[in-house]
Amino acid sequence: MAKVIKILGSGCPKCQTLTGVVKEVISENSIDATIEKVEDVMEIMKYDVMITPALVVDDVVTIKGRIPSKDEVLELLN
Amino acid sequence: MFDWIQHLADWLVYEVLSLGKGNHLSEALNFFIYDTTKILILLFVIIFLMGIVNSYFPIDKVKNFLSRNKLYGLEYLMASLFGVVTPFCSCSSVPLFIGFVKGGIPLGVTFAFLITSPLVNEVAIGLFLGLFGLKTTIIYVISGILLGTVSGIILQKLKLEPYLTPWVKEVLETSQREQELFIAEKQSFKQRMPVIWDEVRKILIGIIPYVLIGIAIGGLMHGYIPKGFFEKYMDKDNLFAVPIATIFAVPMYSNASGILPVVQVLVAKGIPLGTAIAFMMGVVGLSLPEAMLLKKVMTIKLIAIFFGIVTLCIILSGYLFNVLL
Repeated sequence: MAKVIKILGSGCPKCQTLTGVVKEVISENSIDATIEKVEDVMEIMKYDVMITPALVVDDVVTIKGRIPSKDEVLELLN
Repeated sequence: MFDWIQHLADWLVYEVLSLGKGNHLSEALNFFIYDTTKILILLFVIIFLMGIVNSYFPIDKVKNFLSRNKLYGLEYLMASLFGVVTPFCSCSSVPLFIGFVKGGIPLGVTFAFLITSPLVNEVAIGLFLGLFGLKTTIIYVISGILLGTVSGIILQKLKLEPYLTPWVKEVLETSQREQELFIAEKQSFKQRMPVIWDEVRKILIGIIPYVLIGIAIGGLMHGYIPKGFFEKYMDKDNLFAVPIATIFAVPMYSNASGILPVVQVLVAKGIPLGTAIAFMMGVVGLSLPEAMLLKKVMTIKLIAIFFGIVTLCIILSGYLFNVLL
């Protein structure tokens, strides 16, 4: 089943870096997943995230406020 | 303590590049190498120490602490102190604001955190130490913390909840004090190290360009502005200097790493320290971009009151600095 990945963040440079990292991991390992960027603050708040960027995998917040390494993302997606 | 850096700079400029002593270029280069090396080392140490503190007090823990405990007035000071050790970029100020309010933390306490956090942080402290020495740094840190605390208390007294945007008011109504105890992550120091280290590396790499550009601009100004140049316009007796410097600074934005080396040159050229620090606080603490972000959660009126109070407090601390130093 395809994983649903959400990247929370209102467009700051860090959020774009995170999106880049996640995209690379997905294409390099051909993981079946969709990426959705969540930029609306009200939507972001539903996940109780206070520091962006955050990474949400299948509706579970896995990373808050920092940019993970590729290996860490890969582990989270497996 | 930093003698060896001077030796290093001397060696690089006079021996390796074999530039003659005493000419403009070699002296400027020497100064640049000495300053950047010293400042980068201090920044590294402070960012690293703060990283350790932050690892044990992440933002969620801070929120839970402020939300759960009754602190009898000390909560403003605590929020301000937490602001010092919690790094956050201005793009997170809205989610942070909502998160705090949602956790039942009073508006004034939330403001105390939001005000101190950009003013006093690891980067500002590291740079201050490198550029102004220990005494000035301590005074700056204390006044930054007090500024957040006092502004927070005043803002709370004004009962500003009606001026929040409607959807935030809704959040406020459904807010609740955190009941569950924070489950502390039991990680050993060894386990935390890679994450802390990674953060330190990223912060340093992120600010190095700003620091270098700031010091370069500072160096240029150093060479071209005659000593005492500003004294004519901005001596301590000029009562308008502090408010004018602050009001000019508020709409502008730069982070501490870009503005501080420039401020240091201004001080060296005769601007009173209090006036210069008020200017710096205005640039770092408040800005037009931040006001635009906050529009999502606050009405224009609330933003105006918030900016007004903080500006006033910055002006007051500028005067205070000029009197004390």
